[in-house]
Amino acid sequence: MRTVSLTVNDVPHEFELDPRELLVYVLRERLGLTGTVVGCDTSSCGACTVLLDGESVKSCTVLGVQADGHEITTIEGLAESGALHPLQESFHEHHALQCGYCTSGMVLAAVSLLAENPSPSEDEIRHALEGNICRCTGYQNIVDAIGAVAQ
Amino acid sequence: MSAPTEVEVGRAIGARVERKEDQKLLQGQAEWVDNMHVPGMVYLGIVRSPYAHARITKVDVTPALAHADVVGAWSGADIADEWQGSLPCAWLPTEDTNAPEHKPVAVDKARYAGDAVAVIAATSRGAAEDAAELVEVEYEPLPVVVDPEAALADGAPLVHEEFGTNRCYTWTLEEGEIDRLFAEADVTVSERYRQNRLIPNAIEPRAVFVTAIPANGEFTLWSTTQVPHIARVTLSGVTGIPEAKLRVIAPDVGGGFGSKLNVYAEEALALAVARMLGRPVKWTETRSEGYLSTIHGRDQVQEIELAATSEGKILAVRTKLTASMGAYLQLVTPGIPLLGAWLYAGCYDVQGYSFECTGVFTNTVPTDAYRGAGRPEATYAIERAVDALARKLGMDPVEIRRLNFIREFPAAIKAGLTIDSGDYDASLDVALEQAGYESVRAEQRARRTAGDPKRLGIGLSTYVEMCGLAPSNILGAIRYSGGGWEAATIRCLPTGTVQVLTGSTPHGQGHETSWSQIVSDRLGYEIDEVEVLHGDTAVVPLGMDTYGSRSLAVGGVALYYAADRIAEKGKKIAAHLMEVDEAQVDHVRGTFHGPETSITLKEVAFAAWTAHNLPDGVQPGLEETYVYDPPNFSWPAGAHVAIVEVDTETGAVELLRYIAVDDVGTIVNPIIVEGQIHGGLAQGVAQALYEEAIYDEDGNLLTGNMVSYLVPSAAEFPRWELHHTETPSPTNPMGVKGVGETGAIASPPAVMNAIVDALAEDGITDLDMPATPERVWRALEEARR
Repeated sequence: MRTVSLTVNDVPHEFELDPRELLVYVLRERLGLTGTVVGCDTSSCGACTVLLDGESVKSCTVLGVQADGHEITTIEGLAESGALHPLQESFHEHHALQCGYCTSGMVLAAVSLLAENPSPSEDEIRHALEGNICRCTGYQNIVDAIGAVAQ
Repeated sequence: MSAPTEVEVGRAIGARVERKEDQKLLQGQAEWVDNMHVPGMVYLGIVRSPYAHARITKVDVTPALAHADVVGAWSGADIADEWQGSLPCAWLPTEDTNAPEHKPVAVDKARYAGDAVAVIAATSRGAAEDAAELVEVEYEPLPVVVDPEAALADGAPLVHEEFGTNRCYTWTLEEGEIDRLFAEADVTVSERYRQNRLIPNAIEPRAVFVTAIPANGEFTLWSTTQVPHIARVTLSGVTGIPEAKLRVIAPDVGGGFGSKLNVYAEEALALAVARMLGRPVKWTETRSEGYLSTIHGRDQVQEIELAATSEGKILAVRTKLTASMGAYLQLVTPGIPLLGAWLYAGCYDVQGYSFECTGVFTNTVPTDAYRGAGRPEATYAIERAVDALARKLGMDPVEIRRLNFIREFPAAIKAGLTIDSGDYDASLDVALEQAGYESVRAEQRARRTAGDPKRLGIGLSTYVEMCGLAPSNILGAIRYSGGGWEAATIRCLPTGTVQVLTGSTPHGQGHETSWSQIVSDRLGYEIDEVEVLHGDTAVVPLGMDTYGSRSLAVGGVALYYAADRIAEKGKKIAAHLMEVDEAQVDHVRGTFHGPETSITLKEVAFAAWTAHNLPDGVQPGLEETYVYDPPNFSWPAGAHVAIVEVDTETGAVELLRYIAVDDVGTIVNPIIVEGQIHGGLAQGVAQALYEEAIYDEDGNLLTGNMVSYLVPSAAEFPRWELHHTETPSPTNPMGVKGVGETGAIASPPAVMNAIVDALAEDGITDLDMPATPERVWRALEEARR
């Protein structure tokens, strides 16, 4: 076991972690932050995407011990002072989610994209989302939701 | 996308209402099954056969039991006494269908790679996985068959020796003088297509969680299921837990597409282990495990022949299918290809119709429902065959379709059912206009003339499908075990809000919003005053669940009629309160108007609750249930156009534009309808261009995870261009039709017809899905020789 310090959604935590414990299970099972979900086991689908020091990572391929000393933002930490993040609002307005299982990861991937490139073209949005799979929406409304915030 | 409509109370049907479901999903507050976590819980780990076909000669779980965190471990034989019956198959299409015993854990023989051979219960997820690897299993590998045609050959390895054959059933349908029509035809075409095996890939992996109250013999199963009601009935039969003691809950479910329209071994196992240990039990599949344990879709060989006149009038269609069942029959495995049995003449008027399907066992994961289920296969075959006929006759694909469209409705089709309504020319007109058909043809010719290696192709798919499953008497006639009705209850609460109980079980389709719109429209409640409850057999005891594009066309109509009953009872009470005759009262969207005064439904609901002053014979409370059995299937139709560019140097296909014109009857919420079509198109285009589950000859799934099985991302698709025509269904008072599967049904042939259209002059007309660059390039190389 190793002692690990993590700041999650601005709250500091300290854990004794089994070295094989994945960040996604630290979030889900130790902190009850079940908005981050697991969709695959090959780092392909992006459902588990969170922000690590502001950049998107797939929390199913980050060990808890690797996150030691870092800041994590999950979907639960995205709203500020009770107001939804503009991307959360835009996903709602554009019907960019159906079952909602990919949504947390998709929104956080979009947050990361817009931090890097505040005004991406439609093509850039589509390519930036290559690591996030949605099986419901056919992506168009997701792309539009992100584009609307980018403009 | 146009802005959402401000919803006027009582005018909600047809409005672009933003979804009520979104807030919790956007804030990470959904209740997924895998979130469940209670003290004392154990995790299941399942040992799966690495062999596609092998005798199990020894299973020794003692090394696993020695693991400190393991609380139980069982071989198939150890756990056999837990089962009162096989895992359910609800559709044995013929009297002589070979239906194998199917226990949740195999005992003597593993029949596909992934077949469960032992199960572990441990106190942590990691320990369950570790201990599963400690179980010692000895296998004696047997010869394997994965291809359905090879499985029918003499001497093929037998998946189930007791039948002496791999044939599961042969089902036929024949109407008209087929032999004469073919003999007298000016022209015939004979085509052979392969329906690629697909993996549904709902983004939420399957999970189950069971709690028990052993003293009472009560069990609650949380499952990632589309069908909690069907699961309750059937799992009671598998486990012997009395139906009345079993509660099934489908909380938030992350997509299904048919893969969660099933009753799985792990659901039965979790119940059995909870019963044996008296502890809560959880199991969540990994994605790779899911590829080996959750049903696959399609996997058929299709042979289709058309008989036609020299003018292009189609006289008769003859189809022969060889459909892989996989190793066992899951809930509706044998029936899936038959859901297309009436559709192999598509939207064309024919005099003769012949259909034959043989279901075949293979050493593969069982097949079952995947979005469209039988109807994408039928649409693909007829739409490609019609193009083949047009090529043979030198006709334009538009012209041949126009010549053959069904135009009189209701239309009693030769195959034997009745299409409720439609206007196929109208959809095609819009599609051609939006596509700029003539200008695309002109550019196509210009590119050919210029010798451009990037060919242009335009492909049509004019489809009709049958969904809204289904009239119960027809289901019974085709030997399906369940009914096709749906139930809805409206409970008007005394303080002005209303609960809706629906037997439909949404998992992304937005029922909470659409159902609220129906209640708002009919009974005058604000959208936010309606609370829609679903997916829990204790809360909504009556239900037939969600699949086959049935929710709105059956469950929504049930709700409409339940609202009528509320209005009917409300009117009696309102008349009594206003001291007028009932005949003098008009109900208009939540208000009862008498000759001089009026009273609202909310006031009536309060009066019904206090029951201080009710008319004689009227019971207190205002709650009504309606169970609706549809008189017909639902028949959405439309015209889709795909425009592709094919690079003849690399084989790469680019989908440049996709135009979908769909007629789904009356639209309740355009936002949701568009979303359903977008998603269906993505899955259908993925079948045409990207996805295929591939087995090697030893029965190993080569596409065993999301790296090797290509589920497309946003980068793989163009913008979807959607348009609508509308012919309301005359079979229900809202005029609605199903929509959930249209995109997946219509799009594969549109894309493949476009590719063949681009390459026909290069000599390529025989091309299977998925049209990967390698497959297209190889076909071009072959043609160049």
